[in-house]
Amino acid sequence: MSESEKPVSLQSYIRLCGVVFVVVLCTTTGMIATSFAHIGEGWTLKVALILAIAVVNAFLVAGYLMHLLSEKKLIYTVLVFTVFFFIGLMGLTLWAMNDFPTGTAVH
Amino acid sequence: MEIPYTIESRPDTGLYNAKLGIWLFLASEVMLFGGLFSAYVLLRVGAEPGMWPHGWLNVTLGTVNTLLLALSAITTLLAWAACKVRDFTKFKIFHACTILLALTFLGIKSYEYHDKLIHYEIKLNNGTFADGHLVEKSKDFDLAKKTGTVTLHGRIVQAEKELMDLRAPAAQTAKLDEVTVAATDIKSMGNYGPRHNTFTAIYFTLTGLHALHILGGTLVIFYLWGPGSRMWKTDPERFTNRIEVSGLFWHFVDLVWIFLFPVLYLT
Repeated sequence: MSESEKPVSLQSYIRLCGVVFVVVLCTTTGMIATSFAHIGEGWTLKVALILAIAVVNAFLVAGYLMHLLSEKKLIYTVLVFTVFFFIGLMGLTLWAMNDFPTGTAVH
Repeated sequence: MEIPYTIESRPDTGLYNAKLGIWLFLASEVMLFGGLFSAYVLLRVGAEPGMWPHGWLNVTLGTVNTLLLALSAITTLLAWAACKVRDFTKFKIFHACTILLALTFLGIKSYEYHDKLIHYEIKLNNGTFADGHLVEKSKDFDLAKKTGTVTLHGRIVQAEKELMDLRAPAAQTAKLDEVTVAATDIKSMGNYGPRHNTFTAIYFTLTGLHALHILGGTLVIFYLWGPGSRMWKTDPERFTNRIEVSGLFWHFVDLVWIFLFPVLYLT
């Protein structure tokens, strides 16, 4: 049974939402603090850390607010395909990063 | 003809049709925004060293908008939960909050856009740059005829590179003042709109598309809150499913912002 088919208690949802909001507040503060902190040289490590925190934030929204932690198999199947193509899209982008015709790259 | 499976689940999918439909739609939306995010990655890694902007966006406003969207996602979920326990009054209150939060988000986004559109970079004939927010243009100001003056609240820098990292110590301590420039001294002039550089182009594209989603979602939620809520009296189960489906879309819009905020404002 998916979450949306179970009996609902408004009070338990209010408690859940309170917890989610506090965690979102903390993760957002964490992202901002990381952004302004002095961590190594360059932006690579910072970007990786900030995106990792954003993923935690996204997991909360998708998992609890969108009920993805307890959904039907078909929805997971659709999402597995989506993730596969999304990774392919980003992978091709990263693969193409240095793929300039000879003599045209400026760096 | 009656539409099948608006309430009960289809035996083969285990879902009512609208729910499967919205998830397929959201999957296509992931690829739409994914394409733009990959464009962002290409533009960023392809930028010349030191020429990708940092600190151009207002982190405070971005943070407020992040929290507004998180709150609106919560009120959307609570509106659906109120429908499930058959409390129509609470549904109305929670969804009214969602609409108000969404409109506030759009108001702040409009303010940010306005701030960029009145921010000018002027390349002067002597090779330096005047940069700042427009204070006034003289009545006879005409760049083509080279008449009049323009006044900015900002500063003059020697090279465009100095304008890229506004978090750099030099930019943080720079003194801003009113700078008046004669049209005869101007080589070129433009605001921080989408045409300014690749950063503003992708910034306006990504946030503009996201804002359109917010606007569309708000209209749907407003319909379900107002005239569409008549269905509550005739078919509350189906109405509750509509609220769930619109809520899933709204949470997706929140998810997109969760990545837009750090990518554009913090990195």
